[in-house]
Amino acid sequence: MPEREAAGNQQTPEHAVGDFLLRRREQIAQRWADAALFRTVFTVSRDEAVEAGRAVAEALAAAAAAGRVEDPEANAFAVVREQLSRTAASRSRAGSTIAQISAEVDALRPPVTDLLRADLADASAERVLECTTALTVLMGTLRLVVLETVMSAGQELIDRQRLQLLEVATPVIKLWEGIVAVPLIGTLDSARSQVVMETLLDSVVEQHARFAILDITGVPTVDSLVAQHLMKTVAAARLMGAECIVSGIRPAIAQTIVHLGIDLGSVLTRASLADALAYALQQQGADIVSAVPSPASHR
Amino acid sequence: MQTAGGVSACLPIHSDMDLVWVRQHVRQAAAQLGFGLVEQTKLVTAASELARNTLVHGGGGQMECAPLEGRSPGLRLTFSDDGPGIADLDQALRDGYTSGDGLGMGLGGARRLVHDFSVDSRPGAGTTVTVAVWKSGAPRPREER
Amino acid sequence: MTGSFPVPHGGHVPVLKLGDVLLVTLQGDLHDGTAEQLQQDISQAVADHGVTGVVLDISGVEIVDSFLGRVLAEIAAKAGLLAAQTVVAGMRPAVAITLVELGLTLPGLRTALSTEDAMRLLSAEAEQAPQAAKGAQGAQTWVPRSGRTCRESP
Repeated sequence: MPEREAAGNQQTPEHAVGDFLLRRREQIAQRWADAALFRTVFTVSRDEAVEAGRAVAEALAAAAAAGRVEDPEANAFAVVREQLSRTAASRSRAGSTIAQISAEVDALRPPVTDLLRADLADASAERVLECTTALTVLMGTLRLVVLETVMSAGQELIDRQRLQLLEVATPVIKLWEGIVAVPLIGTLDSARSQVVMETLLDSVVEQHARFAILDITGVPTVDSLVAQHLMKTVAAARLMGAECIVSGIRPAIAQTIVHLGIDLGSVLTRASLADALAYALQQQGADIVSAVPSPASHR
Repeated sequence: MQTAGGVSACLPIHSDMDLVWVRQHVRQAAAQLGFGLVEQTKLVTAASELARNTLVHGGGGQMECAPLEGRSPGLRLTFSDDGPGIADLDQALRDGYTSGDGLGMGLGGARRLVHDFSVDSRPGAGTTVTVAVWKSGAPRPREER
Repeated sequence: MTGSFPVPHGGHVPVLKLGDVLLVTLQGDLHDGTAEQLQQDISQAVADHGVTGVVLDISGVEIVDSFLGRVLAEIAAKAGLLAAQTVVAGMRPAVAITLVELGLTLPGLRTALSTEDAMRLLSAEAEQAPQAAKGAQGAQTWVPRSGRTCRESP
C-alpha cells in the first residue's frame, strides 16, 4: 500500500513507526500494563502484563515494518490474535460488552502517540502528521483484530452451549427391559430432531430395545417439518427391527396435524407415555395386573 | 489402495470394482475431515448412487474428490461422464423415475443426502454431477469410538 | 473387502442352512455382481431345501444404497413366492437413517434387531403357521417342511 512517496531517502512513515515501536517497546509495555485491558486480565502479576504488552508492541512493529498497517490479515497480527485472544476472551466472559472492550483497546493509543510525538520533537509538522496517522491506522487495525477475536470467541461459546443443550435435552431412558423412551421437551428444530433420532436409534442398539417411545408431551407445536422427522425416526427404527411409538400428542397438536393434512397413518401413536409403555409391555408378552382398574383402561 | 492418505483424488469409474474404490475413498476422506458416522454414511451412499449412475447410464467416467474450505470443513465430489446425457433433468430427478432397472432413487435420493447438488447435462454431451457436503457443527457425542 | 481377491466360489456370500432357516451374513462392501449372485444363490437354496425362513444378517454392512436395497427387497419377494419368510437383521442406525433419507423405507421387508431375534420371530411363526393355515391369511406362508436334511437341535 504505497500511499505516500517517501521524501528523499527518508523512511516511509510506516517504517518509521515500526522502528519507533520496536525501539520503545519497553516503555510502551510499561504504560500498557497499567491500561485497563491488560491490568484486569493479569491481576496476578504486573510482569506478565508487561510481557504481554511487549509481545503486542513487537507484533505491531513487525506489521508496520512490513508496510501493512491497515491489513488485519497481516502475518504479524497472528501473534496479536494469539496473545490477545486469551485477554479479550476472558474480558468477554467477565461480562464486558463489545463497546467496553473496544474503548479499552482504544485507550492503548494515547500513551503510544505521546511517546511518538516526543520522539519526533525535531521533525517537521508534516512528518509528525504522517507518522501519527500511520500509527492511528495501525492501532485501528489492532482494534479490529481484537474485536474479531472477541466475537469469534463469543461464537465459539454459543456453539458450545448449543451443543450442550442438545445433549442435555435428549436423555434416553430405559423404561423396561427392551423398552427405551425419549421425553422431548421444548421446540424441535431440524438439528435437534436429527440428534434425537440418532441418540434414540443408538440406544435401541445398545439396550437391544424392541420398542422405542418418543414422548412429545412437552413439545409445544408440531409443524410439518417436525412431523416429517417423527415419521423418519419411526421408519428408521422399523428398518432396524424395532417399533417406535409416538406418545403424548395433545388435542391441540392432534388438531394441527389434521389441519396441516399430515398423514401419521404409518406411525403408531398412544395418548400418553403410560399407554405407550403398557402397549410395549403387552407386545412383549408381559401381563399387567392391577387390583384397581386404572383410568387409562377405560379409554 | 491408490488413494490412501489424501482427500483430493481422481478415481476412474469403469467397473463394479471401481464403485467399491469410490465408496472407500469417500468414506476415508469424510472420516479424515471429522465427519460423524451418520454424515459419512449419507455421503458414501450418495457417492455410490452417483457413481453407479455414471457407470450404468454414462457408460463410465470418473469422480473427483476435493476438500472445501469454510466455517466447517467440507467435501466436493464431481462425477463426470461422456455418455448420452440426460434429456429431461426434472424427470430424472423425480423419485421412481428410472431408465435402468433400479428403484429410480439414484439422482433424487442422492440429492436428499447432500447439501449442494447440481447437474450439468445435455443430450449427447455427457453429464457432470457435483455435490458438496459440510461437516455439521454438532459432533455426535456417541461417535468417539 | 472380500471381492478384491478371488475367494472360494468367486466372491460368493456363504449361505448357511440352520434347520429350516437359511442364514446369510453380509459383510463389508459388496460388489454389485456379488449381490446379484447372492440373490440367485438364495432363491436356489430356498427351492432346493424347502426352508421356511431366510435371515439376512446385515449388521456388518456399512452402507446400503438403492441397489443393495433393491436386492434385499427382491430376495424377500422371491423367497416369499417360494413360501419362505425373509427377515433382515441388525441394520445399523446410520444405515437406517440414510435409507430413510434416500426415500427407501422398504415397506414389505421384515426386520429384527439381531439374528437371534430373527430366528425367534421365524420359529414363533412356524409354530403358529399350522393353525393359521386353516385361515386364508396364513395359507401361503406355511409349507410342509419336507426337505429337512441336517436339522440341529439347540
